[in-house]
Amino acid sequence: MTLKPFTSVSGTAAPLMAQNVDTDIIVRIERLSQFERDQLEPYAFESWRYREDGSDNPDFILNQDQYRGAPILLAGNNFGCGSSREGAVWSLKCIGIVCVIAPSFGGIFYNNCFQNGILPVQLPIEVIELFAEIAHAQPDAPFTVDLERNQVIPPNGAPVPFELDELRRQGLLQGLDDIQLTLQRTAEISAFQKADITRRPWIYNR
Amino acid sequence: MAGKTLFDKVWDVHVISDLGNDYALLHVDRNLLHDLSGVSGLKLLAERKLSVRNPEMNFAVPDHAVSTAPGRTEETLPISAKLIPQLREGTSRHGIRLFDINDPEQGIVHVIGPELGITMPGIILTCGDSHTSTHGGLGALAFGIGSTEVVHVLATQSIVQKRPKRMRVMFDGTLPLGVTPKDMILHLIATLGTAGGDGHAVEYAGSAIRSMPIEGRLTICNMSIEMGAKVGMVSPDDVAYEFLAGRPYAPKGEMWDLALAHWQSLPTDNDARFDREVSIDVSRIEPQITWGTSPEHTIPVSGAVPAPSAASDSSQRLAWERARDYMGLQPNQPLDGLKIDHVFIGSCTNGRLSDLRAAAKVIAGRKVSDSVTAWVVPGSQQVMRDARAEGLDKVFASAGFEWREPGCSTCVAANGEIVRPGQRAISTTNRNFVGRQGPRARTHLASPEMAVAAAIAGCITDVRKMTGNIADMGQMTGNSIAPDETGGVSK
Repeated sequence: MTLKPFTSVSGTAAPLMAQNVDTDIIVRIERLSQFERDQLEPYAFESWRYREDGSDNPDFILNQDQYRGAPILLAGNNFGCGSSREGAVWSLKCIGIVCVIAPSFGGIFYNNCFQNGILPVQLPIEVIELFAEIAHAQPDAPFTVDLERNQVIPPNGAPVPFELDELRRQGLLQGLDDIQLTLQRTAEISAFQKADITRRPWIYNR
Repeated sequence: MAGKTLFDKVWDVHVISDLGNDYALLHVDRNLLHDLSGVSGLKLLAERKLSVRNPEMNFAVPDHAVSTAPGRTEETLPISAKLIPQLREGTSRHGIRLFDINDPEQGIVHVIGPELGITMPGIILTCGDSHTSTHGGLGALAFGIGSTEVVHVLATQSIVQKRPKRMRVMFDGTLPLGVTPKDMILHLIATLGTAGGDGHAVEYAGSAIRSMPIEGRLTICNMSIEMGAKVGMVSPDDVAYEFLAGRPYAPKGEMWDLALAHWQSLPTDNDARFDREVSIDVSRIEPQITWGTSPEHTIPVSGAVPAPSAASDSSQRLAWERARDYMGLQPNQPLDGLKIDHVFIGSCTNGRLSDLRAAAKVIAGRKVSDSVTAWVVPGSQQVMRDARAEGLDKVFASAGFEWREPGCSTCVAANGEIVRPGQRAISTTNRNFVGRQGPRARTHLASPEMAVAAAIAGCITDVRKMTGNIADMGQMTGNSIAPDETGGVSK
């Protein structure tokens, strides 16, 4: 599956400044058996997004006109913790989010981002809180996340550099997920297994 | 040269290619598929026109979406009627062994792996499920992966991972009566926080782990992910080898001897260094219970909902306020005596035979409160058979519990078996997230013993008051972190 190469994104940053936003909140599990991965738009954040009568909850940041469809999400510590469901990433993608900026991420969610062309950026909470203030004050002023230069450029502000492992960065820049990269290493896998079967035969014998 | 940790020994054996900057392509020895991420992985595999490299290293079982109603079939629920045929078709096309809905081996994927001897010390085991860390209880390096990563494993029998840092948690001392492995791990999560293990592989060690049967070790490793660690593991020992000997998929004869020699080389060396060390005196742990919507919102059962002033920053204060609102609780409110509506005993955390035995022991002729709906869902067909052979099903049923069939059920509510909106549940599961057990369901996590005590009392209560095992309460401490508990941060 070819992913769209990720070079940079410019647009609104929505400040969803909660900590420990878990994948159950991002998408309920039953939606993933009911719908395909490109049909999850109505179900992203549904327990926060809708009131009990099914109407939009106006207090939820992504329901506010200025932040609806924002490509960048600003979040608190440990975003995407909890379950391994890749549907969490798929549903963010369905509502147009392509970059999440948080101090830390759930480990499985973090890996899932790179399989889907989504950029998770890690920055200190103090920086993100500053971004959130700007995003609240001037929702229309665009943020730019530039992966070629490894920096976030806030509106009217100095660029803030971020670090990303080169393997992950190249995957996003080239639009390649792990599968495409590993399929080029089939010979190495065969060589490993050929040697391993003499070291650990019980793994291959059942 | 310094010694090596269990984690490093296992990792190093599996490196196919060093990808630089701590990334490696690792061999996956066993991969498990379930009816949600397994079906999704098989579907994505077909879309990409890829085949399965080593079908014999993969196993599949339906657990998340199956009904657990007595006499269930795949037709009982529309969701299983849809997903099980897809799992069957995908696994049969690729020659993957499937334990079907009512086969004797069926059960929750993390219960049947160890039970069948598919899980072994020193292997890398993956599954599209975050609670895959469970298998570390036998000394496996096991972690959850996403659906695309499932396709990666199916197609290449390997996975790309970044080498995590190493953390060791020493659990020393004697666990008081009425306090369980579940309480140990909940206490640890409360101490370190839900992000406390981020980027680390955790090894659990110490006298309280050494003296613990495998099932308890599985419970502790299961919830590693709730403190952010994808991997939790225990150095294998005779307890592990005895547990595995003779299991259907464990090595036999000469293969067993070869495997055993390898396994015996795996435990962490005495002079191995960890990036972080934490030590916990288990003799000071009380039965634990969660009050909020994150597993770190855990307190001793004698405790109270924390006051906003105890929050470390504004972000935590806001998270606590939201959690209290969702849970219908006030600051400083004690949980002891809080009325409950629903009790769930089961899951990959606490659905094994030892859990059901311990839970049944608390009953002692008492009855479930009239106002409470109480379910027992065995973790597997094997657990169900063993429990029945001991008469546990009758003990539960005569006390007023509903005895059901194996599956994930209300832990994740993917099959529609929910806690009703606004209802309060005490659950032996692993997550108390908003909406986890159903929209607006209020979940309190605890041990099987605490769940039974609550079912009988109709409210949250200290199980030791019911069983007469209350220890010297003066020695008990809260869950606040003591200065000596997180020393040794190095690197």
